[in-house]
Parts: sequence; C-alpha cells; structure tokens
Amino acid sequence: MRILAGSGNGDAVARARSRDAGAGELGRPMAALAISEAADGRRVLALSGRLDASTIRGVWTDGRKAIAEATGRRVVVDASNVDYCDGAGVAMLVNLMQQAGPGRLQVENLKPAFEALLHQFDPERLAHDLDPPAPRRSAIEEVGVIAAGVGQDIRDQIAFIGETAAALAYAVRHPSTVRWKDVWAICERVGADALPIVALISFLLGVILAFESAIPMRRFGAEIFVADLIGISMLRELGGLMTAILLAGRSGAAFAAEIGTMKVNQEVDALTTMGLDPVRFLVTPRVIAALLMTPLLTLCADLIGLLGGALTLRTFSIPFVTFVHEVDSIVTFSDFMAGFAKSFVFALLIAGIGCLRGLQTRAGASSVGDAATRAVVSGIIMLVIVDGIFAVIYFFLDI
Amino acid sequence: MAGDDEPIIKVRDLTAGYDDVVILEHVSFDVRRGQIFVILGGSGSGKSTLLKHMIGLDEPSSGSVVIDGADIVVAEGDARREILRKIGVMYQSGALFGSMTLAENVRLPLEEYTDLDSDEIVLIARMKLELVGLAQFTGHLPAEVSGGMQKRAAIARAMALDPKILFLDEPSAGLDPITSAELDALIKRLARSLGVTFIIVTHELPSIFAIADRVIMVDRRTRGIVAEGDPRRLRDESDNPWVRQFFRREPEAQPA
Repeated sequence: MRILAGSGNGDAVARARSRDAGAGELGRPMAALAISEAADGRRVLALSGRLDASTIRGVWTDGRKAIAEATGRRVVVDASNVDYCDGAGVAMLVNLMQQAGPGRLQVENLKPAFEALLHQFDPERLAHDLDPPAPRRSAIEEVGVIAAGVGQDIRDQIAFIGETAAALAYAVRHPSTVRWKDVWAICERVGADALPIVALISFLLGVILAFESAIPMRRFGAEIFVADLIGISMLRELGGLMTAILLAGRSGAAFAAEIGTMKVNQEVDALTTMGLDPVRFLVTPRVIAALLMTPLLTLCADLIGLLGGALTLRTFSIPFVTFVHEVDSIVTFSDFMAGFAKSFVFALLIAGIGCLRGLQTRAGASSVGDAATRAVVSGIIMLVIVDGIFAVIYFFLDI
Repeated sequence: MAGDDEPIIKVRDLTAGYDDVVILEHVSFDVRRGQIFVILGGSGSGKSTLLKHMIGLDEPSSGSVVIDGADIVVAEGDARREILRKIGVMYQSGALFGSMTLAENVRLPLEEYTDLDSDEIVLIARMKLELVGLAQFTGHLPAEVSGGMQKRAAIARAMALDPKILFLDEPSAGLDPITSAELDALIKRLARSLGVTFIIVTHELPSIFAIADRVIMVDRRTRGIVAEGDPRRLRDESDNPWVRQFFRREPEAQPA
C-alpha cells in the first residue's frame, strides 16, 4: 500500500491512496483513508483516526471516489484503526454503503460501541427523502390558488365586518359589557403614545407643503394663497390620511402582533372554551379605542400641519394673523368635516384589519410577523381605496 | 481540555438569581465524563435557573461553571464559541425556528460549524431525525407537527454536532410512554457508546430510574442541593423525608 499524502508509511501496491492521519489545523487528530486491493479482488478502504464532523470531509470525498472507481467489485471498509466514530462518522459509513449499493460494501472491525450506532440505520431507507417537498405548481395553478386565496380573504373580511358590527351594536346596547379598562389602556397606546410621531409628521408636512408651493408662487406674487392650499389640503385630505397611515403602521401592526401572539399561545382558544367571544373580548375594545382616538389625532394633525405652514410662511413675510385670516376666509366648516368624518371610517379600517389579521394568525413566530405585515399592507391599501371613494362621493355631493 | 479522569463539568460556589431574589446559593457539584446526570426538584426550586447558568445564558452573581476545562462564566469571543461547540441544548419548549423545516433546523449548526458538503449535511440531518423517529417529517415546519414531535426534533438539533455534553430540559414531558422509553434508550446508548455526558432536568421518575447515573435535588427552601447520589438509594435510604416523599410521589404532609 502506498501513502500519497500524510505522515504514515506504507508498502507499495499500485493504485493506492491515502488521506493524512496527522493533526488538523487546530491540532485535532484527523481521519485517514488508505486504499488498497485485496488478493481476492476486493477493494479495501482502511479508515483510521477520529471520524467526526470536523475531520471526515476529505476521507468522505475520497471514499466515494474509491467506491465509484471499483466498478462491479466488492468493497470492504476496514475500521480496525478507527479510534472514535460519532454520528457524522456513522453518516459517512452509511453514505458509502448507499454509494456502493445493496450488499456490496461491508464494514469490518468497527468497535462494538460504534457498530451499535451504525446498526441503528438502514442505508436503503435513508437514501430516500421520506418527506419530499410538494411538487411545484404550474403558473396557471398558481394564479388559480392566489385568486382563490384573495376570494377567501374578501369573504373573511366581509364576515369579520359583520361580526364586528354585531359586536359593536351589542356594545352600544349593553355598554356595561365592554371592558372599559382595556379600552382606556388601548386609548393611551393608540392615542397619547402616537401623538409625538403624528405631531412631527404633520408639522413637517405643513412645512414642506408651504416651502414647495411658496417658492414658485412667489414668482407671481401669490404667496398668500399658499395658506389656502395648506388649509384645504390639510383639513380635507392630508391630516386625516397621514394620521391614518401612521396609525395603520403603528397600531394596526401592534393589534395584529398582539392578537397573533395570543392566537399562537392558544390564549384565543382559551377564551373560546371559556365561552367568551374573542371578537367581543379582543376586537371591540380596540375598535372603540381607535374610534375615539383617530379623530382626535386627526384634529391635532390638522392644527399642527397648519402651524407648520404658518411658521414657514413667516419667512415669506406673511404674518401669523394674515395666515389665520386667509385660512378662515377660504376653508369652510364642510371642508373640516369632510376630513374629520373620514377619520372615523379610517379608524374602523385600521383597527378592524389589524384585529382580523391577528385572528387569522396560524402558528409560529413567523406567522405573527406575517400577520403584522399583512395588517399594515392591507390596511394602507384599504385606506387609499376608501379615501378615493370618499373623494368621488364628495364630488357628487358637491362638498 | 480536561483529562479523562477530570470531571467534565465543575460547578463551584454558584450563587444565582434574578434582580434581588437569590434562587441558588453557593451551589457546588461535579459531573463526570459520560455520566447521565439528572437535576431534580420541585416547581420553582431553581432547576431551570441552574441549567441556564450552566449553559452560559445567564450570568451568576458569583461562582464558576467550568466546562471541559474552561469557565463559561468568564469566557468571551472564540473561547466561548469553543465551549458552546462542545454542548448541545434542548429547551423545554423545543425552541425550534418556526420558519425552518425540521431538517433545516437540524442542518443549521452543521452548516455553521462544519465544512461538510450540503448533501453530506442533508444525510446527517436525516439520520438525526431518523434517530428520534421523525424521518417522515423532515420537510415539515415546526407548526405542522405535534408538541412531542417538536421536542424530538429539538433533541435531534441538539445532537447535530455530536456534542460532548447534552443539556436536556424536560425531554420526556409531553411524549407518549413508548417514545419516552425509546428516548431513554437513545440517551443510554449515546452515553455508553460515545461517552456523551447528559445533564437532564426532568420530573419523570420512571425515566430517572431507567437512565440516571446520579441525581442532585435542589430545593427552594435551602436555595441549594438537598440530596445527591444514586436515585434508588435516595428513594430508599435518604435521611431527608422530603427526598423520600419526592421519589415515592407522596403528597406533602399538611401541618396539624
């Protein structure tokens, strides 16, 4: 036998190879493989050293090659010099048996303790994936599945709207059944805690609108009309919409994650088996809190947006009093109400979709993340669609 | 690395707790190489706290936990990674990664710690799952299998790198008696053939009598070890009535 690499000595036999049995990079003892041909024509793979995950990579590859080259012949793995063989070493032996084919490879002289590990496995059984992934669907099937999913989602949303409406109607008729302690706690999270971010965004919105429009309008000496632009756009549209989008990202996602985690932890199941309706228990307080807080935040956003615009226009020599007078002369109460009324519908959408996505959570941490993502995405999409519908309705009603 | 006669784990003067609450005080014990070592105790006695400190998840107020010659309490960076490479942990809930299939969960440590080819890693992962009877569920997500199956998959993941030491937190809880017995047999086989050391937190008395070489019992009243030794001897010969009561599953005597 000839050693091609490594520190061992060997006698010369043609077509023999070996992998080093010395120390590895980190001083760990390595596995070694010496290949020789027996007098009866069998190929002998002599393994030695330590067979574990950190040592076997080279001998595993060489072993497979040696078996592939020994076409039609029987192969013997001589393990008499194997000092240690853990699960990874056993995996290599099983793989070599699979490579050789049924009954063609024998493992000899493996220490009884390691042999007991090896005998736990059937190489034939392990050759097949017993839980293969489902076959990929064709593009047409995929479109059909997605369409069915969207259809089911719409049905779920309609059913949920019905359940929520029924629960709200019940709450109105029986206010004492509402968990008001929960409602106030959620109000704090949805309303008071969101005020700084709503204030910041709406202030910046007012500032940006004022700057972006005042500069071109100054060329025509029409800076004063920027006050009209800011007043109408903030009160009718932007104050409510921006607040709703912020709340969809903040509170809608929080509702979905909170209820989703409860679903994963079987807390929702516990409510059901206690005879408590999850919609009344979890959804109603959140919807009521959103209905109370979203219009108030919208009001704040409107005022702070106007303030941002007013402060900006001071740099264009338009005093604060002039700004207020201009806004007062052009913006009507119906403009204000057009934006304010929408905020109630937006509140229903944000809370409803957040809670629905939470209740649709299946199991596992990733599904909670999915629920939160879907709550934000579908919430914002619905907000934009409903806002568009409002715009059309207002147009026809001449509001 | 510790010599073969040296204890593979040495816990010395360990004091641990959370915030101002001391749960364990001046706890010391050794675990021998290849031993199946069971930590016992009533609810709230500090078993899981002890386990968390032994695997370096929590830092003790004082004391040391020396694993194979290196103190995990003070080890950092590569030294800590080297210690963690030697241990496998199965958490009480399984703690499988929900976005990965069972096979992917088992493959993860192999992909991170070894340079084996992907098809070799796939085979090793399949074999580990075969060992715990889950070969037909390799492609399932944790959420798609039962709690007992998740636990078995977690054991397979803990064994992925064939660590020298396996920490198992309540491995038999939630398993049917047959699977539980198979798991006991697997633990014994790995301990005897490969010299794997097991540290097991469990309440399952049949399992303890079947596999434990040595047990320690921790108690919240003494904040430490109240008994240690062979479980049968403790059951039959312990001077401590609470220990005998525990092993005989007798209800606590009510004060007159």
